[in-house]
Amino acid sequence: MGSTLIDALFVFMLAAFIGFEVIRHVSPLLHTPLMSLTNALDAIAVVGAIVLVGEKKSTFATVLGVIAIVAATSNVVGGFFITDRMLRMFKTSRPTNK
Amino acid sequence: MTEFAGSQHVIEVIYLIASALFILSLKWMSSPATARHGILAGEIGMVLAIAGTLLHHGIIDYKWIIIGLVLGSGIGIPLGMVQMTAVPQRTALSHAFGALCVTLVGTAEFYLRSPDVPKFMMSVLSMEVILGGLTFTGSLMAAGKLQEVLPQRPVTYRGQNLVNLVLFTIAVASAVYLVLHPGAKELFPVVVGISLIIGVLLVIPIGGADMPTVISLLNSYAGLSAAAMGFVLNSKLLIIAGALDGSSGFILSVIMSKAMNRSFTNVLFGAFGQVQASAAAGQEAKPVRSATPEEAAAILSAANKVVIVPGYGMAVAQAQHKVRELYDALTKKGVDVRFAIHPVAGRMPGHMNVLLAEADIPYDRLIEMDEINGDFPQTDVALIIGANDVTNPAARTDQSSPIFGMPILDVDKAHTVMVIKRSMNPGFAGIDNPLYYLDQTLMLFGDAKQFVGGIVRELGGGH
Repeated sequence: MGSTLIDALFVFMLAAFIGFEVIRHVSPLLHTPLMSLTNALDAIAVVGAIVLVGEKKSTFATVLGVIAIVAATSNVVGGFFITDRMLRMFKTSRPTNK
Repeated sequence: MTEFAGSQHVIEVIYLIASALFILSLKWMSSPATARHGILAGEIGMVLAIAGTLLHHGIIDYKWIIIGLVLGSGIGIPLGMVQMTAVPQRTALSHAFGALCVTLVGTAEFYLRSPDVPKFMMSVLSMEVILGGLTFTGSLMAAGKLQEVLPQRPVTYRGQNLVNLVLFTIAVASAVYLVLHPGAKELFPVVVGISLIIGVLLVIPIGGADMPTVISLLNSYAGLSAAAMGFVLNSKLLIIAGALDGSSGFILSVIMSKAMNRSFTNVLFGAFGQVQASAAAGQEAKPVRSATPEEAAAILSAANKVVIVPGYGMAVAQAQHKVRELYDALTKKGVDVRFAIHPVAGRMPGHMNVLLAEADIPYDRLIEMDEINGDFPQTDVALIIGANDVTNPAARTDQSSPIFGMPILDVDKAHTVMVIKRSMNPGFAGIDNPLYYLDQTLMLFGDAKQFVGGIVRELGGGH
């Protein structure tokens, strides 16, 4: 348990630093799509809900798990979908300079 | 590790690849040119991770998993198709869904494991449900305010901060008790329930103009709660995704707070709206100059350099497509038109950029505050559409102003300033804007969409 915990903390620390470094370089132009993308990625929590439902340990856990799957999946699908729609709208004037 | 079935290693490797794809996904978001690769990377990572999870050896029943996935997709598609003006409330709603998932899984895990919950696991589990719970209701409140089903004005009452503090203390104290006595099942609903109440109370006093900061903060909380869930389930993938989301939300919150010259605590505990009500009360009517669409069109077509400053009012009036027609008409006449984007213009980070991009305005014409501020002295016309506080020169000069010190767009340095506004009513914060009384300022009274449409008609010679 002790070393798993430390491993997990290391992973968290490194991922947080990578997050800071990577996201600092995101253009303010794209802050809205950035937020909807991170939101979709965050919905990876669905994997926890999937295991919970699949293991069928109690009815209570299964019910909560199914609601959790629905909520997270809607974020995955909706999040990627709208981020893509937003990014397709961003066009530069350079190629078609009238 | 050795007792794991072979498939468990496969799953771990798949998660490893998914984590790398998630990081690449965010990295590619740094520029509009590569951003769509970023989505693809994210999507592949997500599909891999979900498919890998389905291989998990503990899964004995797929029926409800599939029902959940299908239902969720059914809800997700319409949520992905909303209008661009509705993106802030959609984002708030998806923070709520993410937090709901985390809170429910955390709750289920507690009841499955109690009373044998190790101390560390119980601590992160408490963090998971506290953050998840308050993010869930807080985001729902934010979405309600943005959708205008709830009052947008800050709702404040005496002792608000004390109530929040007491509730938060009770939640944390209960959580600490649970860490020491994980068998105390009856205490768990108290922790979750109070967190849900705190979420409501935290967002009630927050007004529309503070939404960009609040949405970012909720984004950060949602990420952190997912990371906490990763600790509980010992899932490195979840820890990484949660940490990325948490740091992203945190960075955005910092940028937004700076752009409003306020601290986090001030946004959350400040009750901004009240202070200015008294400040604005003493103002008497001062003379302003106003102009018609014809006059505005004449001035704009005589200009060389025009900077348009959009604000939330443009979004409310749905004027972005008319603004694009104005951009086209002026560009055709050889006028250099650019857009000045204040970081907190609109209701979420980057809101104006998305709206203008939707209206087909090229993104290289959208200029950030720091970059464009030096150009205002050489600008012939600054045209302000539905923005107020972010152009208020009192933020630079008047120490008694509640927004003193907030970075603003220096539109008052332009040769001519035109402000499209419904009336002389002060904006959200109720702060009087001295910009309107300057000699070079012309007030264009009317609905943003109709007024811009009027200017376009004049410029086009009636087409």
